[in-house]
Amino acid sequence: MAKIKVHVFLKAGVLDVQGKAVEGALQGLGWSGVSNARVGKLIEFDLDGVEDPQGEAKKMCEQLLANTVIEGYRIEAA
Amino acid sequence: MSAAVIVFPGSNCDRDCKVAVERSTGEAVQMVWHAETELPQGLDLIVIPGGFSYGDYLRCGAMAAESPVMQAVKKAADDGVAVVGICNGFQILCEAGLLPGALLRNKGLKYVCKPISLTVANGQTRFTAGYQGQREVIMTQGNGDGNFFADAETLARIEGEGQVVFRYVDNPNGSVNDIAGIQNARGNVLGMMPHPDRAFEAELGSADGAVLFQSIYAAA
Repeated sequence: MAKIKVHVFLKAGVLDVQGKAVEGALQGLGWSGVSNARVGKLIEFDLDGVEDPQGEAKKMCEQLLANTVIEGYRIEAA
Repeated sequence: MSAAVIVFPGSNCDRDCKVAVERSTGEAVQMVWHAETELPQGLDLIVIPGGFSYGDYLRCGAMAAESPVMQAVKKAADDGVAVVGICNGFQILCEAGLLPGALLRNKGLKYVCKPISLTVANGQTRFTAGYQGQREVIMTQGNGDGNFFADAETLARIEGEGQVVFRYVDNPNGSVNDIAGIQNARGNVLGMMPHPDRAFEAELGSADGAVLFQSIYAAA
């Protein structure tokens, strides 16, 4: 059985308004060195019964887990 | 004329759409549950309603786009049937690949709910012909993820092909080029964030939405 972690983030060039809000809040709390804050998602699950967990996870990202018009993804399989 | 409204778990404008189309056109509208794999025969119009399908989990419209009924909707769209996605319905059509682009979180991070002025960017579509040159219409907006985005290449294409159907007069959510509604290249699939189904008679503040449904019926 594979342990899968999928990280999904908005692509560079797509305005991440949540990231901007978090960045502004951290700066407002005094961390003036904060920049490039981005908010994404972490989706983790166990995957059984497939030969190529990494490949299957990629298919899942393309079909459902990420919208590749606006999002990129990174898969960790262990 | 025959129309259907698709109902997903979490849709909340499905009855609004049914009543809006029926009152606007005088024709009965069927409701179709998302688990159906076939649509009623002979449809002229399919409405994908607003709401919070699947709780907006993962991304707005992402899971509804994978619902069984959407394969039938895609086939109907390929056959030239008119498809209108409103609000969450617009998000679902983008997620399903029936329309280009995607809807992001509103630029101000707030849910925006208010009557809103739109310009009819293309009055030559089957959805807008009934406005007969009327340049500005009023409908009600209600969304948190209505910020339309498309990459530069896609944007140039849809602008060049006249696929932008409505624009905001005063952009409430950061949508690129003030886009409020677009159609596909063939001109039979429309997605829009403002609600014609909340603006179909004067008592609602505007009857401009009724004209949109009447236009589709006149074109069928």
